[in-house]
Amino acid sequence: MEKVWLLVAVAASVLARAAAVELTFELPDNAKECFYEEIEKGTECTLEYQVVTGGHYDVDVLVEGPARQILYREIKQQYGQFQFTPDHTGTYQVCFSNEFSTFSHKLIYVDFQVGDEPQLPGVGEHFTAMTQMESSSQKVHENLNSIIDYQTHHRLQEAQSRKRAEDLNERVLFWAVGETLGILVIAVGQVMILKNFFADKKSNQAAY
Amino acid sequence: MVTGNYKLQLFDPRTGGFMPSSPGLGMHVEIRDPDDKIILSRVYSSEGRFTFTSHTPGEHVICLYSNSTKWFSGSQLRVHFDIQVGEHAIDYANVAQKEKLTELQLRVRQLLDQVDQIAKEQNYQRYREERFRQTSDSTNQRVLWWSISQIGILVGMGFWQMRHLKSFFEAKKLV
Repeated sequence: MEKVWLLVAVAASVLARAAAVELTFELPDNAKECFYEEIEKGTECTLEYQVVTGGHYDVDVLVEGPARQILYREIKQQYGQFQFTPDHTGTYQVCFSNEFSTFSHKLIYVDFQVGDEPQLPGVGEHFTAMTQMESSSQKVHENLNSIIDYQTHHRLQEAQSRKRAEDLNERVLFWAVGETLGILVIAVGQVMILKNFFADKKSNQAAY
Repeated sequence: MVTGNYKLQLFDPRTGGFMPSSPGLGMHVEIRDPDDKIILSRVYSSEGRFTFTSHTPGEHVICLYSNSTKWFSGSQLRVHFDIQVGEHAIDYANVAQKEKLTELQLRVRQLLDQVDQIAKEQNYQRYREERFRQTSDSTNQRVLWWSISQIGILVGMGFWQMRHLKSFFEAKKLV
């Protein structure tokens, strides 16, 4: 199976208008990945990103409009949030760059929300006021949404901490084994070199 | 439950845009679970949709490879991709139609699904915390063992060095 390198990267959503994409992707070292989205003017968009694992936990972010104007640009950020309402309809691009890093690939979480959350079918079609039941269930829904949002952040933070702890665990083992070997080599080496000094003197004396 | 759908479009150099649909293009979708076992490995056409349900908590890897022939290589490919996880993956219009629910019933169903997702996430966090705690305990133990054995090795090597050198100098009649 041939693997063709995709020169143009991913467009975020197939659906028009209201859409949200939430994913975690791997950004290799020295690479730049872009996501494109066709947005109509007037729809409020929110971009949220966080570096989960890798290197110094930083990434360059660039958001450009259809006329290549820079809407948002951050260098070496760990996490951030950017809200904007586009003035023009067109293809907007969000680029994450890891070009400053030589050997650490990064895992980045992106949440790109375009427009409002799509309503349940049937809701919002009536023009009468909502009953108390409906409005309180709407409130419960919004609260649950924010709980899920907090849980997502907690999950990302936990993944970051756990990765660091696992790295530390591995490094402690390597360090312990390496240092033990180093001490053994140095101890034996010192003795051998000392013996060498005295042995040379003896043979020099014998030669004269 | 995770649902992903994608659409491939090939760049058409004649018109300068993207062809609306390109037959012959395919996408190989491969999904691996946290134990590196392949859950799904299938070739779809240029437009497709895949769904899977995870059975193990942890990091799943979703890879999309294009299996176009060499003739297409070097041109640009536009990939539309949409992925929905958990309660976002449920299509409520479908549910309402199949089970004939009223608006309020549908809303309650949505709330139930959300609460279900929250409970699953909390369960996942409990499992994660246990792994984290095990890793930290292991690190703690390793540091303890290492420091004790370090002291032992240093003292041992010191003794060996002194003894070895003493016997060496005695042999050389310097002491």
